[in-house]
Amino acid sequence: MSEMPYDRVKLARDNKRPTGQDYIKNIFKNFIELHGDRRYADDKAVIAGIARLDGLPVTVIAIEKGHSSKERVERNFGAPHPEGYRKALRLMKQAEKFGRPIICFVDTSGAYCGIGAEERGQGQAIAENLMEMSTLCVPVISILIGEGGSGGALALAVADRVWMLENAVYSVISPEGCASILWKDSGKADIAAASLKLTAEDAKSLGVIERILSENEMGQKEYYERIRTLLGEEIQALTKDPDLLQKRYDRFRRIGMTDTEQML
Amino acid sequence: MALLNFLKPKNNLEEGGRTSAPVHSDVGEPEKNCPNCHKDIPMSRLWANQLVCSCGYHFRMKARQRISMISDKNSFRELFVSVRSCNPLGFPGYREKLETSKTASEEEEAVVCGTASIGKQQCCIFAMESTFMMGSMGSAVGEKITSLFEYATQHRLPVIGFTVSGGARMQEGLLSLMQMAKTSAAVKQHSDVGLLYIAVLTDPTTGGVTASFAMEADIILAEPSATVGFAGKRVIEQTTKQSLPKEFQSAEFVLEHGFIDKIAVRKDQRKLLAELLKMHNGGESV
Ligand SMILES: [Zn+2]
Repeated sequence: MSEMPYDRVKLARDNKRPTGQDYIKNIFKNFIELHGDRRYADDKAVIAGIARLDGLPVTVIAIEKGHSSKERVERNFGAPHPEGYRKALRLMKQAEKFGRPIICFVDTSGAYCGIGAEERGQGQAIAENLMEMSTLCVPVISILIGEGGSGGALALAVADRVWMLENAVYSVISPEGCASILWKDSGKADIAAASLKLTAEDAKSLGVIERILSENEMGQKEYYERIRTLLGEEIQALTKDPDLLQKRYDRFRRIGMTDTEQML
Repeated sequence: MALLNFLKPKNNLEEGGRTSAPVHSDVGEPEKNCPNCHKDIPMSRLWANQLVCSCGYHFRMKARQRISMISDKNSFRELFVSVRSCNPLGFPGYREKLETSKTASEEEEAVVCGTASIGKQQCCIFAMESTFMMGSMGSAVGEKITSLFEYATQHRLPVIGFTVSGGARMQEGLLSLMQMAKTSAAVKQHSDVGLLYIAVLTDPTTGGVTASFAMEADIILAEPSATVGFAGKRVIEQTTKQSLPKEFQSAEFVLEHGFIDKIAVRKDQRKLLAELLKMHNGGESV
Protein backbone atom coordinates (compact mmCIF):
# COMPACT_ATOMS: atom_id res chain seq x y z
CA MET A 1 0.00 0.00 0.00
CA SER A 2 1.47 3.29 -1.08
CA GLU A 3 1.67 6.31 1.20
CA MET A 4 1.37 9.27 -1.18
CA PRO A 5 -2.15 9.83 -2.56
CA TYR A 6 -0.77 10.70 -6.01
CA ASP A 7 1.07 7.36 -6.12
CA ARG A 8 -2.29 5.73 -5.51
CA VAL A 9 -3.70 7.60 -8.48
CA LYS A 10 -0.91 6.20 -10.65
CA LEU A 11 -1.48 2.71 -9.30
CA ALA A 12 -5.22 3.00 -9.91
CA ARG A 13 -4.50 3.93 -13.54
CA ASP A 14 -1.93 1.17 -14.11
CA ASN A 15 -3.02 -0.75 -17.19
CA LYS A 16 -1.66 -4.00 -15.74
CA ARG A 17 -4.42 -4.05 -13.13
CA PRO A 18 -7.30 -6.44 -13.78
CA THR A 19 -10.11 -4.68 -15.65
CA GLY A 20 -13.86 -5.18 -15.64
CA GLN A 21 -13.84 -8.17 -17.96
CA ASP A 22 -11.26 -9.95 -15.77
CA TYR A 23 -13.61 -9.67 -12.81
CA ILE A 24 -16.58 -10.82 -14.87
CA LYS A 25 -14.69 -13.83 -16.23
CA ASN A 26 -13.24 -14.94 -12.90
CA ILE A 27 -16.06 -14.26 -10.45
CA PHE A 28 -19.15 -15.26 -12.43
CA LYS A 29 -20.21 -18.21 -14.54
CA ASN A 30 -22.09 -18.30 -17.87
CA PHE A 31 -21.80 -14.58 -18.55
CA ILE A 32 -24.01 -13.63 -21.48
CA GLU A 33 -23.19 -10.20 -22.79
CA LEU A 34 -26.11 -8.02 -23.85
CA HIS A 35 -25.53 -5.07 -26.13
CA GLY A 36 -26.89 -1.66 -26.95
CA ASP A 37 -28.91 1.12 -25.40
CA ARG A 38 -31.89 0.72 -27.83
CA ARG A 39 -31.54 4.43 -28.53
CA TYR A 40 -28.44 5.04 -30.58
CA ALA A 41 -25.52 2.64 -30.28
CA ASP A 42 -23.59 0.02 -28.34
CA ASP A 43 -20.91 1.67 -26.23
CA LYS A 44 -17.89 -0.62 -25.93
CA ALA A 45 -16.64 1.23 -22.87
CA VAL A 46 -19.40 -0.50 -20.94
CA ILE A 47 -19.76 -4.29 -20.81
CA ALA A 48 -23.05 -5.58 -19.45
CA GLY A 49 -25.06 -8.77 -19.28
CA ILE A 50 -26.47 -11.59 -17.21
CA ALA A 51 -24.38 -14.13 -15.34
CA ARG A 52 -24.48 -16.54 -12.44
CA LEU A 53 -22.98 -15.79 -9.08
CA ASP A 54 -22.74 -19.16 -7.33
CA GLY A 55 -25.77 -20.22 -9.34
CA LEU A 56 -27.81 -17.06 -8.70
CA PRO A 57 -28.66 -15.04 -11.85
CA VAL A 58 -27.39 -11.49 -11.53
CA THR A 59 -26.95 -8.51 -13.84
CA VAL A 60 -23.33 -7.45 -14.19
CA ILE A 61 -22.22 -4.08 -15.56
CA ALA A 62 -18.60 -3.02 -15.94
CA ILE A 63 -16.79 -0.02 -17.33
CA GLU A 64 -13.96 -1.51 -19.37
CA LYS A 65 -10.65 0.21 -20.11
CA GLY A 66 -9.07 -2.70 -21.99
CA HIS A 67 -5.50 -4.03 -21.74
CA SER A 68 -3.72 -3.85 -25.11
CA SER A 69 -3.42 -0.47 -26.78
CA LYS A 70 -5.67 -1.67 -29.61
CA GLU A 71 -8.32 -2.71 -27.14
CA ARG A 72 -7.95 0.47 -25.12
CA VAL A 73 -8.70 2.53 -28.21
CA GLU A 74 -11.68 0.30 -28.99
CA ARG A 75 -12.96 0.74 -25.42
CA ASN A 76 -12.35 4.50 -25.59
CA PHE A 77 -10.00 4.09 -22.59
CA GLY A 78 -12.99 3.35 -20.39
CA ALA A 79 -14.63 6.73 -20.94
CA PRO A 80 -18.31 6.02 -21.66
CA HIS A 81 -20.54 8.02 -23.99
CA PRO A 82 -24.18 8.65 -23.01
CA GLU A 83 -25.02 5.36 -24.76
CA GLY A 84 -22.93 3.47 -22.22
CA TYR A 85 -24.90 4.91 -19.31
CA ARG A 86 -28.18 4.31 -21.13
CA LYS A 87 -27.22 0.69 -21.84
CA ALA A 88 -26.40 0.28 -18.16
CA LEU A 89 -29.73 1.78 -17.13
CA ARG A 90 -31.66 -0.35 -19.61
CA LEU A 91 -30.13 -3.49 -18.14
CA MET A 92 -30.62 -2.29 -14.57
CA LYS A 93 -34.33 -1.81 -15.30
CA GLN A 94 -34.36 -5.28 -16.85
CA ALA A 95 -32.73 -6.64 -13.69
CA GLU A 96 -35.39 -4.95 -11.58
CA LYS A 97 -38.15 -6.44 -13.72
CA PHE A 98 -36.81 -9.95 -13.24
CA GLY A 99 -35.71 -9.52 -9.63
CA ARG A 100 -31.99 -9.91 -10.28
CA PRO A 101 -29.41 -8.23 -8.04
CA ILE A 102 -27.06 -5.81 -9.83
CA ILE A 103 -23.28 -5.75 -9.53
CA CYS A 104 -21.28 -2.90 -11.09
CA PHE A 105 -17.51 -2.66 -11.60
CA VAL A 106 -16.41 0.94 -11.97
CA ASP A 107 -13.13 1.98 -13.59
CA THR A 108 -13.09 5.24 -15.51
CA SER A 109 -11.22 8.50 -15.65
CA GLY A 110 -14.67 10.00 -16.27
CA ALA A 111 -17.54 10.24 -18.71
CA TYR A 112 -16.18 11.06 -22.17
CA CYS A 113 -15.72 14.77 -22.91
CA GLY A 114 -16.51 14.97 -26.63
CA ILE A 115 -18.74 16.71 -29.13
CA GLY A 116 -20.98 13.71 -29.80
CA ALA A 117 -21.23 12.99 -26.08
CA GLU A 118 -22.53 16.52 -25.48
CA GLU A 119 -24.85 16.41 -28.48
CA ARG A 120 -26.40 13.24 -27.15
CA GLY A 121 -26.79 14.49 -23.59
CA GLN A 122 -23.96 13.24 -21.41
CA GLY A 123 -25.28 15.26 -18.47
CA GLN A 124 -28.83 14.02 -18.97
CA ALA A 125 -27.69 10.39 -19.21
CA ILE A 126 -25.79 10.58 -15.93
CA ALA A 127 -28.61 12.48 -14.22
CA GLU A 128 -31.15 9.86 -15.26
CA ASN A 129 -29.00 7.05 -13.87
CA LEU A 130 -28.59 8.83 -10.53
CA MET A 131 -32.31 9.37 -10.28
CA GLU A 132 -33.43 5.92 -11.41
CA MET A 133 -30.82 3.95 -9.48
CA SER A 134 -32.01 5.57 -6.24
CA THR A 135 -35.24 3.57 -6.41
CA LEU A 136 -34.29 0.29 -8.15
CA CYS A 137 -36.01 -2.28 -5.97
CA VAL A 138 -33.26 -4.92 -6.25
CA PRO A 139 -29.94 -4.93 -4.36
CA VAL A 140 -27.15 -2.96 -6.05
CA ILE A 141 -23.46 -3.36 -5.21
CA SER A 142 -20.77 -1.26 -6.89
CA ILE A 143 -17.06 -1.97 -6.69
CA LEU A 144 -14.51 0.65 -7.68
CA ILE A 145 -11.65 -1.38 -9.11
CA GLY A 146 -9.40 1.39 -10.45
CA GLU A 147 -10.29 4.97 -11.20
CA GLY A 148 -13.54 6.40 -9.93
CA GLY A 149 -13.71 9.53 -12.04
CA SER A 150 -16.45 11.93 -10.94
CA GLY A 151 -20.04 11.82 -12.26
CA GLY A 152 -19.06 9.25 -14.87
CA ALA A 153 -18.24 6.82 -12.05
CA LEU A 154 -21.09 7.82 -9.75
CA ALA A 155 -23.54 7.04 -12.57
CA LEU A 156 -22.86 3.35 -11.83
CA ALA A 157 -22.40 3.72 -8.08
CA VAL A 158 -25.72 4.80 -6.60
CA ALA A 159 -25.76 1.51 -4.73
CA ASP A 160 -26.64 -0.13 -1.42
CA ARG A 161 -23.00 -1.01 -0.92
CA VAL A 162 -20.01 0.67 -2.51
CA TRP A 163 -16.65 -1.03 -2.10
CA MET A 164 -13.19 0.05 -3.21
CA LEU A 165 -10.02 -1.84 -3.88
CA GLU A 166 -7.24 -0.63 -1.62
CA ASN A 167 -5.46 1.20 -4.44
CA ALA A 168 -8.54 2.44 -6.25
CA VAL A 169 -9.30 6.15 -6.14
CA TYR A 170 -12.61 8.04 -6.14
CA SER A 171 -12.68 11.73 -6.89
CA VAL A 172 -14.85 14.64 -7.99
CA ILE A 173 -12.12 15.76 -10.42
CA SER A 174 -8.77 14.44 -11.60
CA PRO A 175 -5.85 15.79 -9.53
CA GLU A 176 -4.34 17.24 -12.72
CA GLY A 177 -7.60 19.01 -13.61
CA CYS A 178 -7.98 20.31 -10.09
CA ALA A 179 -4.41 21.65 -9.99
CA SER A 180 -4.71 23.35 -13.34
CA ILE A 181 -8.00 25.05 -12.45
CA LEU A 182 -7.03 26.14 -8.94
CA TRP A 183 -3.33 26.81 -9.28
CA LYS A 184 -2.93 27.04 -13.08
CA ASP A 185 -0.32 24.31 -12.78
CA SER A 186 -1.09 20.67 -13.52
CA GLY A 187 2.35 19.90 -12.08
CA LYS A 188 0.84 20.41 -8.64
CA ALA A 189 -1.30 17.30 -9.14
CA ASP A 190 0.38 15.64 -6.16
CA ILE A 191 -0.81 18.44 -3.84
CA ALA A 192 -4.28 18.26 -5.38
CA ALA A 193 -4.37 14.47 -4.95
CA ALA A 194 -3.56 14.83 -1.27
CA SER A 195 -6.11 17.64 -0.80
CA LEU A 196 -8.97 15.92 -2.62
CA LYS A 197 -9.04 12.98 -0.16
CA LEU A 198 -9.52 10.44 -2.91
CA THR A 199 -8.03 7.25 -1.46
CA ALA A 200 -10.06 4.26 -0.29
CA GLU A 201 -9.28 5.09 3.36
CA ASP A 202 -10.46 8.67 2.84
CA ALA A 203 -13.64 7.53 1.13
CA LYS A 204 -14.34 5.13 3.99
CA SER A 205 -13.80 7.73 6.68
CA LEU A 206 -16.05 10.18 4.79
CA GLY A 207 -18.81 7.55 4.82
CA VAL A 208 -18.82 7.27 1.03
CA ILE A 209 -17.92 3.56 0.91
CA GLU A 210 -18.56 0.60 3.22
CA ARG A 211 -15.58 -1.63 2.58
CA ILE A 212 -11.99 -1.62 1.38
CA LEU A 213 -10.97 -4.77 -0.50
CA SER A 214 -7.45 -6.07 -0.11
CA GLU A 215 -5.34 -6.40 -3.26
CA ASN A 216 -3.35 -9.32 -1.91
CA GLU A 217 -2.91 -12.03 -4.56
CA MET A 218 -4.45 -9.64 -7.08
CA GLY A 219 -5.44 -11.39 -10.29
CA GLN A 220 -5.07 -14.86 -8.81
CA LYS A 221 -7.72 -17.48 -8.21
CA GLU A 222 -7.88 -16.80 -4.45
CA TYR A 223 -8.34 -13.09 -5.08
CA TYR A 224 -11.46 -13.54 -7.18
CA GLU A 225 -12.81 -16.24 -4.87
CA ARG A 226 -12.57 -13.86 -1.94
CA ILE A 227 -14.58 -11.21 -3.81
CA ARG A 228 -17.13 -13.81 -4.98
CA THR A 229 -17.71 -14.92 -1.39
CA LEU A 230 -18.13 -11.34 -0.16
CA LEU A 231 -20.56 -10.55 -2.98
CA GLY A 232 -22.60 -13.70 -2.30
CA GLU A 233 -22.92 -12.96 1.42
CA GLU A 234 -23.78 -9.31 0.90
CA ILE A 235 -26.42 -10.02 -1.74
CA GLN A 236 -28.04 -12.57 0.54
CA ALA A 237 -28.24 -10.03 3.34
CA LEU A 238 -29.51 -7.22 1.11
CA THR A 239 -32.15 -9.41 -0.53
CA LYS A 240 -33.71 -10.07 2.87
CA ASP A 241 -33.76 -6.40 3.87
CA PRO A 242 -37.32 -5.00 3.82
CA ASP A 243 -36.02 -1.42 4.15
CA LEU A 244 -33.60 -1.62 1.22
CA LEU A 245 -34.80 1.54 -0.53
CA GLN A 246 -35.12 3.69 2.56
CA LYS A 247 -31.61 2.68 3.60
CA ARG A 248 -30.25 3.47 0.14
CA TYR A 249 -31.88 6.89 0.33
CA ASP A 250 -30.46 7.51 3.80
CA ARG A 251 -27.04 6.27 2.74
CA PHE A 252 -26.65 9.26 0.42
CA ARG A 253 -28.90 11.62 2.37
CA ARG A 254 -26.57 11.81 5.33
CA ILE A 255 -23.41 12.57 3.31
CA GLY A 256 -22.31 16.17 3.66
CA MET A 257 -24.85 17.29 6.23
CA THR A 258 -23.32 20.59 7.24
CA ASP A 259 -23.11 21.99 10.73
CA THR A 260 -26.55 23.48 10.87
CA GLU A 261 -27.86 25.27 13.92
CA GLN A 262 -31.45 25.07 12.81
CA MET A 263 -32.96 23.67 9.65
CA LEU A 264 -36.14 25.72 9.34
CA MET B 1 -31.49 87.75 -21.53
CA ALA B 2 -27.98 87.32 -20.27
CA LEU B 3 -27.91 90.93 -19.25
CA LEU B 4 -31.19 90.65 -17.37
CA ASN B 5 -29.94 87.59 -15.59
CA PHE B 6 -26.88 89.51 -14.65
CA LEU B 7 -29.02 92.29 -13.23
CA LYS B 8 -31.26 89.94 -11.28
CA PRO B 9 -30.56 90.10 -7.55
CA LYS B 10 -28.78 87.06 -6.24
CA ASN B 11 -30.45 85.12 -3.53
CA ASN B 12 -29.56 82.06 -1.56
CA LEU B 13 -32.13 79.90 -3.21
CA GLU B 14 -30.92 80.74 -6.65
CA GLU B 15 -27.37 80.16 -5.64
CA GLY B 16 -28.28 76.84 -4.19
CA GLY B 17 -30.06 75.91 -7.36
CA ARG B 18 -27.03 76.67 -9.42
CA THR B 19 -24.39 75.05 -7.31
CA SER B 20 -26.15 71.68 -7.29
CA ALA B 21 -25.54 69.99 -10.60
CA PRO B 22 -28.45 69.77 -13.01
CA VAL B 23 -30.00 66.29 -12.96
CA HIS B 24 -29.71 64.64 -16.34
CA SER B 25 -30.40 60.92 -16.26
CA ASP B 26 -27.57 60.09 -18.67
CA VAL B 27 -24.74 61.89 -16.91
CA GLY B 28 -22.60 59.93 -14.50
CA GLU B 29 -24.99 56.99 -14.44
CA PRO B 30 -23.34 53.59 -14.30
CA GLU B 31 -23.46 51.71 -17.55
CA LYS B 32 -22.88 48.14 -18.56
CA ASN B 33 -21.30 47.03 -21.80
CA CYS B 34 -23.28 44.36 -23.59
CA PRO B 35 -21.03 41.47 -24.65
CA ASN B 36 -23.39 40.74 -27.54
CA CYS B 37 -24.01 44.12 -29.23
CA HIS B 38 -21.09 45.90 -27.50
CA LYS B 39 -23.22 48.97 -26.67
CA ASP B 40 -23.07 50.71 -23.30
CA ILE B 41 -26.46 50.52 -21.66
CA PRO B 42 -27.43 52.66 -18.66
CA MET B 43 -28.15 50.51 -15.61
CA SER B 44 -31.54 52.15 -15.05
CA ARG B 45 -32.66 51.02 -18.48
CA LEU B 46 -31.29 47.52 -17.88
CA TRP B 47 -33.14 47.31 -14.56
CA ALA B 48 -36.37 48.44 -16.17
CA ASN B 49 -35.89 45.63 -18.64
CA GLN B 50 -35.06 42.82 -16.14
CA LEU B 51 -31.36 42.98 -17.06
CA VAL B 52 -32.01 42.20 -20.71
CA CYS B 53 -30.33 44.32 -23.39
CA SER B 54 -32.42 45.70 -26.26
CA CYS B 55 -30.47 43.30 -28.50
CA GLY B 56 -31.91 40.41 -26.47
CA TYR B 57 -28.82 39.56 -24.45
CA HIS B 58 -29.69 38.26 -20.98
CA PHE B 59 -27.27 39.47 -18.31
CA ARG B 60 -26.70 37.28 -15.27
CA MET B 61 -29.03 37.95 -12.42
CA LYS B 62 -28.63 37.47 -8.70
CA ALA B 63 -30.64 34.75 -6.99
CA ARG B 64 -32.80 37.12 -4.96
CA GLN B 65 -33.44 39.34 -7.96
CA ARG B 66 -34.76 36.33 -9.83
CA ILE B 67 -36.97 35.26 -6.98
CA SER B 68 -38.53 38.70 -6.63
CA MET B 69 -38.89 39.03 -10.39
CA ILE B 70 -40.76 35.74 -10.66
CA SER B 71 -42.83 35.54 -7.48
CA ASP B 72 -45.85 37.47 -6.23
CA LYS B 73 -45.03 40.53 -4.18
CA ASN B 74 -43.85 39.74 -0.63
CA SER B 75 -44.73 36.06 -1.03
CA PHE B 76 -41.21 34.68 -0.66
CA ARG B 77 -40.37 33.00 2.62
CA GLU B 78 -36.80 31.76 2.85
CA LEU B 79 -35.98 28.27 4.14
CA PHE B 80 -32.80 26.57 5.39
CA VAL B 81 -31.01 29.88 5.91
CA SER B 82 -28.60 28.46 8.44
CA VAL B 83 -27.15 25.71 6.21
CA ARG B 84 -23.59 26.78 5.49
CA SER B 85 -20.40 25.38 4.09
CA CYS B 86 -17.50 24.54 6.31
CA ASN B 87 -14.19 23.18 5.10
CA PRO B 88 -14.75 19.47 5.72
CA LEU B 89 -11.56 18.27 4.02
CA GLY B 90 -9.35 21.11 5.23
CA PHE B 91 -8.77 21.96 1.57
CA PRO B 92 -6.04 24.60 1.15
CA GLY B 93 -7.43 28.10 0.59
CA TYR B 94 -11.09 27.04 0.76
CA ARG B 95 -11.99 28.84 3.98
CA GLU B 96 -10.62 32.11 2.58
CA LYS B 97 -12.42 31.51 -0.71
CA LEU B 98 -15.70 31.07 1.18
CA GLU B 99 -15.15 34.32 3.04
CA THR B 100 -14.42 36.36 -0.09
CA SER B 101 -17.40 34.76 -1.85
CA LYS B 102 -19.70 35.72 0.99
CA THR B 103 -18.54 39.31 0.77
CA ALA B 104 -18.72 39.45 -3.01
CA SER B 105 -22.14 37.81 -3.29
CA GLU B 106 -23.73 39.06 -0.06
CA GLU B 107 -25.00 35.49 0.31
CA GLU B 108 -24.06 32.72 2.71
CA GLU B 109 -24.14 30.03 0.03
CA ALA B 110 -24.58 29.47 -3.70
CA VAL B 111 -28.31 28.79 -3.56
CA VAL B 112 -31.34 30.56 -2.06
CA CYS B 113 -34.36 28.35 -1.23
CA GLY B 114 -37.85 28.94 0.05
CA THR B 115 -41.55 29.03 -0.65
CA ALA B 116 -43.36 31.63 -2.74
CA SER B 117 -46.41 32.09 -4.88
CA ILE B 118 -46.33 32.69 -8.62
CA GLY B 119 -49.62 33.93 -10.08
CA LYS B 120 -51.20 32.97 -6.73
CA GLN B 121 -49.91 29.39 -7.14
CA GLN B 122 -48.02 28.26 -4.05
CA CYS B 123 -44.68 26.56 -4.77
CA CYS B 124 -41.18 25.85 -3.54
CA ILE B 125 -38.50 27.84 -5.29
CA PHE B 126 -34.72 27.78 -5.49
CA ALA B 127 -32.35 30.08 -7.32
CA MET B 128 -28.62 29.51 -7.55
CA GLU B 129 -26.15 32.36 -7.13
CA SER B 130 -23.44 32.79 -9.76
CA THR B 131 -21.45 35.28 -7.72
CA PHE B 132 -20.89 32.70 -4.98
CA MET B 133 -18.07 30.49 -6.33
CA MET B 134 -19.86 30.34 -9.70
CA GLY B 135 -22.79 28.48 -8.19
CA SER B 136 -20.68 25.42 -7.48
CA MET B 137 -22.37 22.60 -5.58
CA GLY B 138 -20.81 21.64 -2.29
CA SER B 139 -22.42 20.00 0.72
CA ALA B 140 -24.43 23.08 1.70
CA VAL B 141 -25.92 23.55 -1.77
CA GLY B 142 -26.72 19.82 -1.95
CA GLU B 143 -28.23 19.89 1.52
CA LYS B 144 -30.42 22.92 0.78
CA ILE B 145 -31.69 21.58 -2.55
CA THR B 146 -32.36 18.14 -1.03
CA SER B 147 -34.15 19.69 1.95
CA LEU B 148 -36.26 21.82 -0.38
CA PHE B 149 -37.41 18.81 -2.40
CA GLU B 150 -38.17 16.94 0.82
CA TYR B 151 -40.13 19.93 2.11
CA ALA B 152 -42.01 20.10 -1.21
CA THR B 153 -42.79 16.38 -1.09
CA GLN B 154 -44.02 16.66 2.49
CA HIS B 155 -46.21 19.70 1.77
CA ARG B 156 -47.26 18.51 -1.70
CA LEU B 157 -45.86 21.54 -3.49
CA PRO B 158 -44.35 21.93 -6.97
CA VAL B 159 -40.73 23.06 -7.27
CA ILE B 160 -39.47 25.83 -9.55
CA GLY B 161 -35.66 25.95 -9.78
CA PHE B 162 -33.28 28.41 -11.45
CA THR B 163 -29.90 26.81 -12.06
CA VAL B 164 -26.54 28.44 -12.62
CA SER B 165 -23.43 26.47 -11.83
CA GLY B 166 -19.89 25.70 -12.85
CA GLY B 167 -20.43 22.19 -11.45
CA ALA B 168 -19.37 20.36 -8.32
CA ARG B 169 -17.27 22.25 -5.77
CA MET B 170 -13.91 20.52 -5.96
CA GLN B 171 -12.76 21.92 -2.61
CA GLU B 172 -15.19 19.50 -0.97
CA GLY B 173 -13.96 16.50 -2.96
CA LEU B 174 -16.08 13.36 -2.76
CA LEU B 175 -18.59 15.04 -0.47
CA SER B 176 -19.56 17.40 -3.28
CA LEU B 177 -19.73 14.53 -5.80
CA MET B 178 -22.16 12.71 -3.50
CA GLN B 179 -24.49 15.71 -3.52
CA MET B 180 -25.35 14.76 -7.11
CA ALA B 181 -26.73 11.42 -5.91
CA LYS B 182 -28.34 12.95 -2.83
CA THR B 183 -30.24 15.68 -4.70
CA SER B 184 -31.24 13.24 -7.48
CA ALA B 185 -32.77 10.84 -4.97
CA ALA B 186 -34.80 13.68 -3.43
CA VAL B 187 -35.99 14.80 -6.89
CA LYS B 188 -37.04 11.19 -7.60
CA GLN B 189 -39.11 10.94 -4.40
CA HIS B 190 -40.80 14.24 -5.22
CA SER B 191 -41.51 13.03 -8.76
CA ASP B 192 -42.75 9.60 -7.66
CA VAL B 193 -45.61 11.11 -5.64
CA GLY B 194 -46.83 12.97 -8.73
CA LEU B 195 -45.49 16.44 -8.09
CA LEU B 196 -44.26 18.92 -10.69
CA TYR B 197 -40.70 20.20 -11.00
CA ILE B 198 -39.78 22.89 -13.52
CA ALA B 199 -36.13 23.84 -14.03
CA VAL B 200 -35.04 27.08 -15.68
CA LEU B 201 -31.44 26.75 -16.85
CA THR B 202 -29.55 30.03 -16.84
CA ASP B 203 -26.06 30.93 -17.95
CA PRO B 204 -24.01 28.84 -17.29
CA THR B 205 -25.43 25.47 -16.19
CA THR B 206 -22.69 22.87 -16.42
CA GLY B 207 -20.93 19.88 -14.87
CA GLY B 208 -22.39 18.13 -11.85
CA VAL B 209 -25.50 20.30 -11.74
CA THR B 210 -26.33 19.52 -15.38
CA ALA B 211 -25.63 15.85 -14.59
CA SER B 212 -28.10 15.90 -11.71
CA PHE B 213 -31.08 18.07 -10.78
CA ALA B 214 -30.89 20.49 -13.75
CA MET B 215 -31.69 17.66 -16.19
CA GLU B 216 -34.21 15.87 -13.96
CA ALA B 217 -37.15 18.25 -14.21
CA ASP B 218 -40.53 17.41 -15.77
CA ILE B 219 -40.25 20.59 -17.82
CA ILE B 220 -36.88 22.14 -18.60
CA LEU B 221 -36.74 25.76 -19.75
CA ALA B 222 -33.62 27.77 -20.55
CA GLU B 223 -32.78 31.42 -21.07
CA PRO B 224 -31.62 32.42 -24.58
CA SER B 225 -27.93 31.74 -25.31
CA ALA B 226 -27.30 30.28 -21.84
CA THR B 227 -24.42 27.81 -21.79
CA VAL B 228 -25.82 24.36 -20.98
CA GLY B 229 -23.52 21.36 -21.00
CA PHE B 230 -21.66 18.72 -19.06
CA ALA B 231 -17.95 19.02 -19.85
CA GLY B 232 -16.15 22.33 -20.15
CA LYS B 233 -15.43 23.59 -23.66
CA ARG B 234 -11.69 23.76 -23.06
CA VAL B 235 -11.57 20.18 -21.81
CA ILE B 236 -13.48 19.02 -24.89
CA GLU B 237 -11.12 20.90 -27.19
CA GLN B 238 -8.12 19.37 -25.45
CA THR B 239 -9.61 15.87 -25.53
CA THR B 240 -10.82 15.91 -29.11
CA LYS B 241 -8.26 18.34 -30.66
CA GLN B 242 -11.18 19.89 -32.54
CA SER B 243 -12.39 23.46 -32.42
CA LEU B 244 -15.98 23.83 -31.36
CA PRO B 245 -18.71 25.70 -33.22
CA LYS B 246 -19.82 28.97 -31.63
CA GLU B 247 -23.29 27.75 -30.75
CA PHE B 248 -21.95 24.54 -29.11
CA GLN B 249 -23.55 23.96 -25.68
CA SER B 250 -25.89 26.94 -26.01
CA ALA B 251 -29.52 26.74 -24.95
CA GLU B 252 -30.41 26.73 -28.65
CA PHE B 253 -28.00 23.82 -29.23
CA VAL B 254 -29.47 21.66 -26.45
CA LEU B 255 -32.99 22.53 -27.62
CA GLU B 256 -32.05 21.40 -31.14
CA HIS B 257 -30.68 18.13 -29.73
CA GLY B 258 -33.78 17.45 -27.69
CA PHE B 259 -32.61 17.99 -24.13
CA ILE B 260 -34.74 20.96 -23.09
CA ASP B 261 -38.39 21.79 -23.68
CA LYS B 262 -38.34 25.47 -24.45
CA ILE B 263 -36.34 28.66 -24.47
CA ALA B 264 -38.04 31.31 -22.36
CA VAL B 265 -37.04 34.97 -22.51
CA ARG B 266 -36.99 36.64 -19.13
CA LYS B 267 -40.01 38.87 -19.58
CA ASP B 268 -42.22 35.86 -20.36
CA GLN B 269 -41.04 33.62 -17.54
CA ARG B 270 -43.43 34.75 -14.83
CA LYS B 271 -46.54 34.30 -16.95
CA LEU B 272 -45.30 31.02 -18.40
CA LEU B 273 -44.47 29.55 -15.00
CA ALA B 274 -47.79 30.69 -13.54
CA GLU B 275 -49.70 29.10 -16.41
CA LEU B 276 -47.71 25.86 -16.21
CA LEU B 277 -48.38 25.69 -12.46
CA LYS B 278 -52.10 26.25 -13.06
CA MET B 279 -52.20 23.60 -15.80
CA HIS B 280 -50.75 21.16 -13.31
CA ASN B 281 -53.42 21.93 -10.78
CA GLY B 282 -51.17 23.99 -8.59
CA GLY B 283 -48.46 21.46 -9.16
CA GLU B 284 -50.36 18.44 -7.99
CA SER B 285 -51.42 15.93 -10.61
CA VAL B 286 -54.97 14.66 -10.28
ZN1 LIG C 1 -26.85 44.05 -26.37
